[in-house]
Amino acid sequence: MVSDNHAIIDVEGLVKNFNGFTAVDSISFKVQKGEIFAFLGPNGAGKSTTIKILTTLLEPTSGTITVNGKRPDKQKDAVRKSFGIVFQDPSLDDDLTAMENMRYHAILYKIPGTVREERIKELLTFVELWDRRNSLVKTYSGGMKRRLEIARGLLHHPQVLFLDEPTLGLDPQTRNHIWSYIKDINLKEGMTVFFTTHYMDEAEKIAERVAIIDHGKIVSTGSAADLIERTNTTSLEEAFIALTGSAIREEEVGTLDQMRARSRMWRRRR
Amino acid sequence: MSTIYILWLRQIKKYFRQRSRIVGALGQPLLFLLAFGFGFGAVFRQAGQGDYMQYLGPGIIMMSVLFTAVFTGIDLIWDRQFGFLKETMVAPVPRWQIMLGKTLGGATVACLQGLIVFILTLIIGFRFTSLLMLPLAALFVILVAIIFTSLGVAIASRIEDMHGFQLIMNFLVMPIFFLSGALFPLQGLPPVMEWVVKVDPLTYGIDGLRGALINSSTFGLTTDLLVMVIMAVVLLGIGSYLFERIKS
Repeated sequence: MVSDNHAIIDVEGLVKNFNGFTAVDSISFKVQKGEIFAFLGPNGAGKSTTIKILTTLLEPTSGTITVNGKRPDKQKDAVRKSFGIVFQDPSLDDDLTAMENMRYHAILYKIPGTVREERIKELLTFVELWDRRNSLVKTYSGGMKRRLEIARGLLHHPQVLFLDEPTLGLDPQTRNHIWSYIKDINLKEGMTVFFTTHYMDEAEKIAERVAIIDHGKIVSTGSAADLIERTNTTSLEEAFIALTGSAIREEEVGTLDQMRARSRMWRRRR
Repeated sequence: MSTIYILWLRQIKKYFRQRSRIVGALGQPLLFLLAFGFGFGAVFRQAGQGDYMQYLGPGIIMMSVLFTAVFTGIDLIWDRQFGFLKETMVAPVPRWQIMLGKTLGGATVACLQGLIVFILTLIIGFRFTSLLMLPLAALFVILVAIIFTSLGVAIASRIEDMHGFQLIMNFLVMPIFFLSGALFPLQGLPPVMEWVVKVDPLTYGIDGLRGALINSSTFGLTTDLLVMVIMAVVLLGIGSYLFERIKS
């Protein structure tokens, strides 16, 4: 199949098996360049697995995928250069300052020294953290950490920004703020944004197109308005429930997640 | 190069920011020096082995290097737990460079810790033979630091949680220390014990350090150095092999 020139993310028949369990079951979708795309689904539907495959952290079992024209399973470094990511769990070094976290990223992405400091200043100012640049990250609030992660993800001018539940656990003010940064940069730089969220109102407001995944299969794609119309509902949340049912999903908890939960408790006690 | 440097720098910065860890890591060597050094000193002398503090000093220096070095593995598990490792893993840099930067950082920290314990031994009464041999002594410390930081990173690449790592500490690192001749002379051991001591890589590091510091080596400095260099290369290799296959 000839890949579409405008599709910056192109997924064809992607399958991922984990020891006999099919987490992602032959999904296909395209994301256009410059688009804001929401990837929605109940817990355990295969969202994070798909993001991990797109961002080179997991190998697909089968299927063809390209990100910015390169294959994440074969041309890892070329793909890694082209995207920025904000993970579901925090991924900052708490014992370093915001500035040090940014410099660490800049050096890993080979941003030349001449533009490095300038860009860091620009982005930290953009997310309103410049005044706190020399504070250790462990003194930051959850919202500040998220903003720093977004600034960091943008530092190497990626073509695509992946956001895995970027607003989880944040208050409405911070959530609004974060989306306004992201929309801003999407408009100014034409950067493609691929995000997941459980807040349907966010997806409805922000995303130009959404895909809904359930049990490893894509059940519907289109604009929020399309989906609402197709399901004869009045909001994306209702459409989502109409498409995926109302049963509560049990997500299998990995050892790493258990450990993270444990260490979070331990940290709080300290 | 810059990747290795920034990973190294991060380890060093974190070390100097955790003062409590520096002080905490000095308590154990100090306890060993006082309890064993003064406690067994008289028995050691009566057995005709000379000054026990002189014998013990290099062993305790290497002990702190060993523990600090392996501890780098815990840093790695920590990074994975708190998600920071993912940030490094999606960056467009070869994984071996990440492993090397982290290992060199951990090894540098271990050497600094060894240096502090060395100064501690001097205060307590340890005396080295010749200033000229200090660079060689440093070389042995560096090699031991690299070997056991690589070991820590290799183990942490395969083990996901802290409990598992603790288990390894108890069943691998403690024997490595106690069966290395850090505390007792290697002559006149039962055959099985002698064999175990001879396969323990730390034995050669401590023997080399004793050779350099107090001019008393069982295997000879050339053998010690050769074993250490080979072990360092092998463990760096194993470490990067396992690190490349890490699951984030």
